[in-house]
Amino acid sequence: MSLNIIVCAKQVMDPETPLSAFNVDEAAKRVVPAQGIPPVVNGFCENAVEAALKIKEAAGDATITIISLGNDFVMDVMKKPLSMGADQMILIQDPAAENLDALGTATVLSKAIEKIGEADIVICGQQASDWDNAHVPLGISEMLGIACLSEARSIDLGDGTVTVASSRSDGYDVFEAPLPCLITVSNEIGEPRYPTLRGIMQASRKSPETWTLNDLDLSESDVSPVLTLSELFVPASDRQCEIIEGEDEADSGRLLALKLREEKII
Amino acid sequence: MSEIIIFAEIDGDGLHSTAGELISAGKKIAADTGNVVSAALIGGNQDLASQAISLGADKVYLANDDAIQEGVADAYLAALHKICINAEPTVVLTSKTPIGRAVGPRLAYRLGSGIAQDCMDVSADGDSGRVTVTRPVYGGNAMAKFTFADKDPQVVIMRLKAFEAMEPDSSRSGEVIEFELSLDESDIKTKLVETVKEESEGVRLEDAAVIIGMGRGLGGPEPFSQLEELAKVFNGAVGASRAVCDAGWLDHSYQIGLTGKTVTPDVYITVGISGASQHMAGCSSSKNIVAINKDGDANIFKEASFGVVGDWEKVLPAFTETARELLES
Repeated sequence: MSLNIIVCAKQVMDPETPLSAFNVDEAAKRVVPAQGIPPVVNGFCENAVEAALKIKEAAGDATITIISLGNDFVMDVMKKPLSMGADQMILIQDPAAENLDALGTATVLSKAIEKIGEADIVICGQQASDWDNAHVPLGISEMLGIACLSEARSIDLGDGTVTVASSRSDGYDVFEAPLPCLITVSNEIGEPRYPTLRGIMQASRKSPETWTLNDLDLSESDVSPVLTLSELFVPASDRQCEIIEGEDEADSGRLLALKLREEKII
Repeated sequence: MSEIIIFAEIDGDGLHSTAGELISAGKKIAADTGNVVSAALIGGNQDLASQAISLGADKVYLANDDAIQEGVADAYLAALHKICINAEPTVVLTSKTPIGRAVGPRLAYRLGSGIAQDCMDVSADGDSGRVTVTRPVYGGNAMAKFTFADKDPQVVIMRLKAFEAMEPDSSRSGEVIEFELSLDESDIKTKLVETVKEESEGVRLEDAAVIIGMGRGLGGPEPFSQLEELAKVFNGAVGASRAVCDAGWLDHSYQIGLTGKTVTPDVYITVGISGASQHMAGCSSSKNIVAINKDGDANIFKEASFGVVGDWEKVLPAFTETARELLES
């Protein structure tokens, strides 16, 4: 039986954008995209794609569908999961969905997963590097009414079940859940593979499907926000660094330790 | 009177340190709204209930069920959900602990209400009872304030140590309510198969009061032993930047930053770390940051309170030696 895997992936501003290029429009309450720095697929989402590919390799027969909700998609960026080896992609884009809160986002994504139908495993990155919510995937599992395994560092497919390991403070817990289920992954699941030339060629021939809210039988009122952004600002740094200088570098090291002791920091 | 429910976690034989922090955060909201602060103590006992009251809780829901099992979010979630259906709180507070950050969001979605994660501050409008939270976004490069719409409960996940617990005072009084749970098997979809303890040398990153950060500036994996030696002086742990882990010098479990761990030590001593925002996202809440880096223009010096501009190979041995002498004396 073919396994149906769905991976949610988000396009985000490159988190490696230098601070000097990071600008907030406080009046519009949004981050201004940095000129000349293309967006990327969110890091943990790439880990999720990698996890899906590993499951597919283990299962033999599986279809991986990438879904993404966003706007201003950059196709060269968003096709990366396809060039890594995912089978197909659905992009959800709608002017009415541009400023959704997490509840609205989870509503749209879970509707899309229902429309694709018969998902066995939904895999998501544990957190997106723009709004750092780390809970949209958990919301999807609630809306779909399926088991939720969060922050997985390894995934093993069983017979109608999955087993995952999640890190805890002094080791890890092993959980088992029946399919269908949703799993969120961290970077500990493993480095996302580099797309091969063949993968890139194959991805270039695929065109993602595009859905709107209408395709999901959703209207704007179904996704009205329960949480509103009231302010967005760059925090003023109050840290003033005191540079310790001794006679030579070793002496500086010694004086640094003495200073930290004097300040009761160590 | 409408109430604020805090999810009081248990750690061994006592309350988890976050329970008192959440009570304090709840009290801050209650000061504006006049709400009662109640602790949901799931899998607890009378003694723990008294502890919660001594930390300021006005009321404790003491809820037990055979299905409650440490580490299993499904069970805590089902229990908290039942308590909320019954008590109809205006606000629910959980901590960003492994269980708290799994249970809080799922509770909000289950009830169709709003959720704010990783909050550093909370306040409430006395008239409307609407809560506003302050939280870092974009890896800490920006701060955002969010306000909840008119839908209860407003679910807030607090960052660890964002509030301080009050001094326990046994003269405080409160009401303890034994809450009947009778959880259903269908409430628990995930099964905890085993808990594996990993022998890690010394303290874990997440728990360490002192962390030594290893950066690309160290040039290779070999200096790790020197950082470990320094960490041992403080009974601390070693963490690393993404560059170090990507290069394979250290395992990804050491990684601090946006795509790694978030740490909040008392002191974070960085060696050869430039301080890219990606990295700072995981450590900017450290109480003190100390930098050793040969590039005086590195961003880390904008974040650090003390630093040395110099070659780590010369600075570090003297620093370690002096620190050891100071701590042993």
